[in-house]
Amino acid sequence: MSELPRLIVSGILSGGIYGLLAMGLSLQYGVARVLNIAHGELVMVGAMLTWFLFTSFNINPLVAAAIIGPPLFAIGFLLQITLFRGLKAWAPSQAAFEGNALLASFGLLYIISYLGLLEFGAYPRRYDWLNYVVTFAGMSLRLNRIVAFAVAVAIGVAVYLFLTRSRLGRAIRATAEDPATAGLMGVNVNMVLALCFGLGALLAGVAGSLISMINPVGTTMGFRNTVIALIVVVLGGLGSIPGSFIAGIIIGIVSSLVTGFWQPVYVVPVYFGILMVLLLARPAGILGKK
Amino acid sequence: MDITRFISTHRKLLLVGVSLLIILGFLATLPLYGGVYYTRLLTTILMYVILSVSWAMFSGSTGYMSLAPAVFFGVGIYTMGFLQRILPFPVIIPIGGLLSFIVALPVGLVTLRLKGIYFAIFTFGLVVFMREVVAALESDLFGRVGQHINPLPDETMFYAMLVIAVATLLAIYFIRRSRLGLAMLSIGGNEEAAAHMGVNTIRVKVLTFAISAFFMGLAGVIMAPMKIYIDPRIAFSPIYSFMPILMAVFGGMGQFYGPVAGAIIFAYLEKTLRAQFPQYFMLGFGIILVLIILFLPNGIAGLVSKLQNKLGGVIAKLGKEGEAE
Repeated sequence: MSELPRLIVSGILSGGIYGLLAMGLSLQYGVARVLNIAHGELVMVGAMLTWFLFTSFNINPLVAAAIIGPPLFAIGFLLQITLFRGLKAWAPSQAAFEGNALLASFGLLYIISYLGLLEFGAYPRRYDWLNYVVTFAGMSLRLNRIVAFAVAVAIGVAVYLFLTRSRLGRAIRATAEDPATAGLMGVNVNMVLALCFGLGALLAGVAGSLISMINPVGTTMGFRNTVIALIVVVLGGLGSIPGSFIAGIIIGIVSSLVTGFWQPVYVVPVYFGILMVLLLARPAGILGKK
Repeated sequence: MDITRFISTHRKLLLVGVSLLIILGFLATLPLYGGVYYTRLLTTILMYVILSVSWAMFSGSTGYMSLAPAVFFGVGIYTMGFLQRILPFPVIIPIGGLLSFIVALPVGLVTLRLKGIYFAIFTFGLVVFMREVVAALESDLFGRVGQHINPLPDETMFYAMLVIAVATLLAIYFIRRSRLGLAMLSIGGNEEAAAHMGVNTIRVKVLTFAISAFFMGLAGVIMAPMKIYIDPRIAFSPIYSFMPILMAVFGGMGQFYGPVAGAIIFAYLEKTLRAQFPQYFMLGFGIILVLIILFLPNGIAGLVSKLQNKLGGVIAKLGKEGEAE
């Protein structure tokens, strides 16, 4: 059983990135009410661009993440103020809007993933950065995984503080709770929604950069990441930021244990087993409000 | 019998009936002169008609957005895969439908707990779950994933699909007009109120969901031989969930003919575009999907009735002006 602690630590390390992955999705659904199935494709864009910047210009992946962030933010921002605001204006009811937004984001999934495919091709890419083993508390771990985890946690904490402490963060939370009242209180709701959507896209891109530091990346990675983000978000409660992070770490540990003690092919069925049981038992998530 | 009176009073009905018969006659004789390409194209179109009409029957009227068509379609495909060497084709078709029906019963029960976006996520998860479970089962049972399906003559598949499509359309047409259809609409309007009015919402939801899955399973069995090779990734591809939804939305769900029209137009577009621009097809598909949802949220049927209203208004105005003169 000496494997157990190593597997758990390794699970926590990947869990940090899952949390970041889910945080963006959670923000987009929690505030803008768009369940963005194309989320994983933005992760793919972030990962591929990081790979490109590293291999072509030898740019440090963390710097690359900072370079990629703003354009992705702009893409998310523009998507919200054009596409999703338009959908909202047409939709007869909230439920109809959520359904249509889901379908529209499925369209985006195809657009982004095929643009990626045309640009980069389908085969996986990888690069080596800080890819050596360090020994920590008797366990040997790869340095790039530790760095990726640390960055993910730092960003997660920063976003959490931004949402809870800043004025804009308060406006965002107010909009999430009740857009109509927030609007009456002087919050520019459309701007807040666009900011949240942009921030979600940015977080997806950064998560992609972090993933590319650890694993081989390719243009087909998007769907898998969407699925992971979706599971984590539901586990943590749609719209709950700390919930996303805790759930990310739980899912990371689960996947690490299943891989270590059973077989990697069972990871996804186990994820979905968890997802379905959880949806039935507690649809609002472990930290979600009823 | 006063035939002329009958004709004049039931003019619209007769018109629809005769044109349907002509279409049916055209379809039934198509393989004689259509050639392989058109026979296969029409088989695919009919398949999408079945999928989108059965999707719209449940999700369109109750408002529970199911992303599970791929599950039931895939169950049909895999039924064919496992049974094709044991049983004759006509026997497998109803078995595939029944298996889908059985799988759908517990999924339908899920609607007791999950509403709105959560139901959509659950059914979406089910597609990926089924895909992985079938892959694991296949590799445990046979030591490999994926299998070949013996091809059938194109005409056999076409006629089977035609019969099932006609049966599906008839069944769903009558379900929509029955108490069950009304009950589904009332659930879509306001579930609580429907329950208070005496609608057994649980039974209605579970039953209609399973019925829609039954038809999707039938279509899956018939479609399987056309694929020649199947694996869980092909059989349980999310595209079979989203295509029928897209078609139903594009056609418009308010009218019975909406999903049919959407399926015909889209399946034709898909086939021809895929043949001519294989690389750009999915890109184009994504763009079309986004544009339709943005600009045609009520579909073609919505557009048609809007135009009718406008034209009707113009015609009435012209008539009035004529009277004034």
